[in-house]
Amino acid sequence: MRVLSEGDILFIIMAVRWTLLLSIVAFIGGGIGGLIVALARTSEFKWLRWLALSYIKVFQGTPLLMQLFLAFFVPGIFGIDVDPWGAAAVGLSLHASAFLGEIWRGSIEVVPRGQSEAAYSLGLTYVPRMFLIIIPQAIRIAIPPTIGFLVQLIKGTSLASIIGFVEITRAAQIINNATFRPFTIFALVALVYFLICWPLSAYSKVMERKLTVASR
Amino acid sequence: MAYQFEFADVFAYWPELLRGALHTLVLSGLAMVIGMVVAVLGALGKTSGPRWLQWILDAYIEVIRNTPFLIQIFMIYFGLPAAGVRLSSETAALLALVVNVGAYGIEIIRAGIESISKGQIEAGKSLGLRPLQIFRYIILKPSIQAIYPSLTSQFILLMLNSSVCSAIAAGELTAAAGDIQSRNFRSFEVYFVVTCMYFAMSVLFWGAFAAIERAWLRKPSLR
Repeated sequence: MRVLSEGDILFIIMAVRWTLLLSIVAFIGGGIGGLIVALARTSEFKWLRWLALSYIKVFQGTPLLMQLFLAFFVPGIFGIDVDPWGAAAVGLSLHASAFLGEIWRGSIEVVPRGQSEAAYSLGLTYVPRMFLIIIPQAIRIAIPPTIGFLVQLIKGTSLASIIGFVEITRAAQIINNATFRPFTIFALVALVYFLICWPLSAYSKVMERKLTVASR
Repeated sequence: MAYQFEFADVFAYWPELLRGALHTLVLSGLAMVIGMVVAVLGALGKTSGPRWLQWILDAYIEVIRNTPFLIQIFMIYFGLPAAGVRLSSETAALLALVVNVGAYGIEIIRAGIESISKGQIEAGKSLGLRPLQIFRYIILKPSIQAIYPSLTSQFILLMLNSSVCSAIAAGELTAAAGDIQSRNFRSFEVYFVVTCMYFAMSVLFWGAFAAIERAWLRKPSLR
């Protein structure tokens, strides 16, 4: 056991870049996947809607920790070596795809039917109808819950520490094992997460209030 | 070389898995019940408590909602002993879940309280309903109807979140899985089976909660 030094604290705080990088990668991956899931959920084909719903239910009905474990162990079955970083990035992206897909489905469905019908009668095909008419209107409604989920995702990256990815939580555990100052160390880490997540939560709440006022 | 699946190595441990699942259910159930007591008290404090209490409750809610559950567990299990409070991993897991779900619950219960407007109570009075009838039909039932969906999905989130308690070896399903795979080295098979068990529990609760809603909480149709 040794004394907690400034270097240790710096080591923990600097590890936040891995937390942020993982969050960004998972958010981008989940954004692409989520768009596909949301479009599938609102498609005209019943089997495609059903497929997307099953995907969402599986991810909403199992722990994120299990999803990360499987992301870590499944590639091994196919003889692919995966490091904790890759497993965490893929696992969190698949997780985010399901949740963002469900959030965005809701936003797409809130856009009045008349918009879709008007686009039809103008002779627009699926792609311009979705991407020029429906989605631009859905985005406004989607922003607050999307940012709310981003906060969940950032907090979720802490579970990557359990499969061995050294982000801020794992860095804190490593330093704690050497210095045994758990209260100071974990309070510091909690503060770092809070400083990242709280402004996002507050922004999401303000945006939501603006929307309810606008729709009144 | 193709991978050789060995699920038999997992099912050999089924009593442990079953005990783990039961532990998860008991832990989540207890945390939900105690957490809701915290939430109701907190919601009352937030709606009608003094200014300083409302401020403390706001701080509690914001801190819990904006930090990871894993860090909350570590603070309670590893951090509290520094303050002289030493808890077993089971107690620490329960306490962490209660503290966590309590913060989310306050907002849910408060929404339920605020969903009842004064006008409805006055309408009940003018219809000649007795106070107990007003409480039952105008306050209790509609507010439960209003918060039932968020409350039940909060419970399922809590159950899934309890898997994080394995990080302090709390003996629930995920911890049991960790134990087993450290002995039979069948990581994929163990975690796959356990993931299916969690999913089965979620499906069961989704079904049960929907059935309860249909049986007792159906809203009168507006026709």
